[in-house]
Amino acid sequence: MSWELSDDHEMLRATVRDFAAQEIAPHAAEWDRTCHFPTDVVRAMGELGLFGIVFPERWGGGGGDFASLCVAIEELGRVDQSMGITLSAGVGLGANPVFRFGDDDQRDQWLPELVAGSSLGAFGLTEPDGGSDAGATRTRAELVGDEWVINGSKAFITNCGTDITSIITVTARTADGISAFVVPAGTPGMVIEPAYDKLGWHASDTHGITFVDCRIPAENLLGQPGKGFRNFLSILDDGRIAISALALGSARACLELSLDYAQQRHAFGGPIGRFQGLSFQLSDLAVQVENAHNLTYKAAWLKDQGRPIGQAAAMAKLYSTEAAMDAARVATQVFGGMGFMEESPVARFYRDAKILEIGEGTSEIQRLVIARNLGLPVE
Amino acid sequence: MNVIVCVKQIPDPALPGELDPSTNTLKRDGKLILDESDSYGVEMALQLVTAAGGGEVSLVSMAPNDEVSGLRTALAMGAAKAVLVSDPSLAGADALTTAKVLAAATKRLGDVDLIIAGTESSDGYTGTVPEQLAEVLGLPSITFAKTVEIADGTLKVDRQTEAGYDEVTCPLPAVVSVTAGVVEPRYPSFKGIMAAKSKPVDTVTAADLGVESVSWAQQITSVEDAPAREAGEVIEDDGESFNKIVEFLDNLKVI
Repeated sequence: MSWELSDDHEMLRATVRDFAAQEIAPHAAEWDRTCHFPTDVVRAMGELGLFGIVFPERWGGGGGDFASLCVAIEELGRVDQSMGITLSAGVGLGANPVFRFGDDDQRDQWLPELVAGSSLGAFGLTEPDGGSDAGATRTRAELVGDEWVINGSKAFITNCGTDITSIITVTARTADGISAFVVPAGTPGMVIEPAYDKLGWHASDTHGITFVDCRIPAENLLGQPGKGFRNFLSILDDGRIAISALALGSARACLELSLDYAQQRHAFGGPIGRFQGLSFQLSDLAVQVENAHNLTYKAAWLKDQGRPIGQAAAMAKLYSTEAAMDAARVATQVFGGMGFMEESPVARFYRDAKILEIGEGTSEIQRLVIARNLGLPVE
Repeated sequence: MNVIVCVKQIPDPALPGELDPSTNTLKRDGKLILDESDSYGVEMALQLVTAAGGGEVSLVSMAPNDEVSGLRTALAMGAAKAVLVSDPSLAGADALTTAKVLAAATKRLGDVDLIIAGTESSDGYTGTVPEQLAEVLGLPSITFAKTVEIADGTLKVDRQTEAGYDEVTCPLPAVVSVTAGVVEPRYPSFKGIMAAKSKPVDTVTAADLGVESVSWAQQITSVEDAPAREAGEVIEDDGESFNKIVEFLDNLKVI
């Protein structure tokens, strides 16, 4: 039995940490303030191979394990949550559906650029009238001649409106149930709405999408007709582990920033870290960070072993995201008035943390999944 | 074009270091990392080989306990293979001994066009190994390179000086020491990291290299704390204090 990540994981961690410190940290506050999506830095993440970590070499990937991807997401998220979600969504929601459910023609067409990070994919599941209730999809697709015609709308779609977005995978109701389609960026009839004005994740690209008689070739059906919903539930399991890693990065950053500040900041004749009211909060936070780490990498390990991950992914996502929220609250309290100022990074982590409890399955949905797996007759 | 880069694996500078009281040298028994000042040489070598259209970058290093962590980083950047000299009898070796050992290690790698080293390590700072290495190998040596080019089999270097730089040329093979900033070191890619673990590292002892009777004349006899910085001079402004500031700067010869 071992609790340690491998030397390869640690070298990747050191590399991504160095990259994040040099290329992201100096700009994160500015990108946040101006809601700027840094395309060049995302491309540089691609050149590092981060978007290709888990994919086979055939499409240019690194052939690595899921734990490696979690290491990369955690380290990006430790500096900038927006860049962490850009990677997580680019891999898990952009490239992964094509890899998992596409045929070889579709993979050959779309994967190489997605895997290289020279283009981004997005995943249109959520709708304005149906977030957690993804089975209630109202967007429709109809086969007319040799084309699918899509009508409807999608909400909160990450990475769908960047300069390098190449495809959006969309779920829509068809005669057989819910099916999935690859819609190339720029297809007439697919309108990318203006970017949302968000509480956090300001440097991440998020839009709603409206489809008005959007026509795509029949061969852009992804996977079997009517299997779209079931397929995407399994995609979400992977995504939950990735979001857990992102939340872990946020919680760890808040702990580290708080530890530094508690030793530097003096009040009543000494560092504020000597007060139990503060030090005990950081003790508890360190326990939460350790737990979040263990749940995240246990779930990643199960996935890498090919074992069932549903319960472990839900537990990791639930725990880590709530720990990230706690950590942001504690960190801003440790920083006092400075924690409320945008010039301290904890203010950004505070705003960025809330979405972690909502995106890719709310905390309530995670508890529902866990309860069902416990055998309870939950509705 | 084949380039050898001398790389040192050092204790992580971000962690508190510790001296061995018996030898007054840095303790190196923990995990070591690639000396950042050597990452410039590795990058320079990779660029020269790419520009030449072929060949490979090899590494030589001397470190205790078969340590390869720092070498793996350089291999992940793109170096092809490494020779690691790891031998308890070399613990605390002086700069000349290190140069002799590294010289012997380079010979294991066959024909070479250029040997690159950093100007000095970040932990020992003697700054003398590259020149001694050149002397042991009987090769020309150029130090403090801030740019390195190879044209028509000739090494062309801009050599940093206090006043500016010298333009220096010399025939190959040669030894060149490069300054930090000569190039921007690349980040190892994920594929590079995955590939690094299967790249060959030839781990040898001093005896394997034919370096006999390892002993050295240089010893560190004592280590003292740097003197604490003295308090600065406080000048109360009486309306004429700018003269004192000008005088102070003039004494420093900065104006």
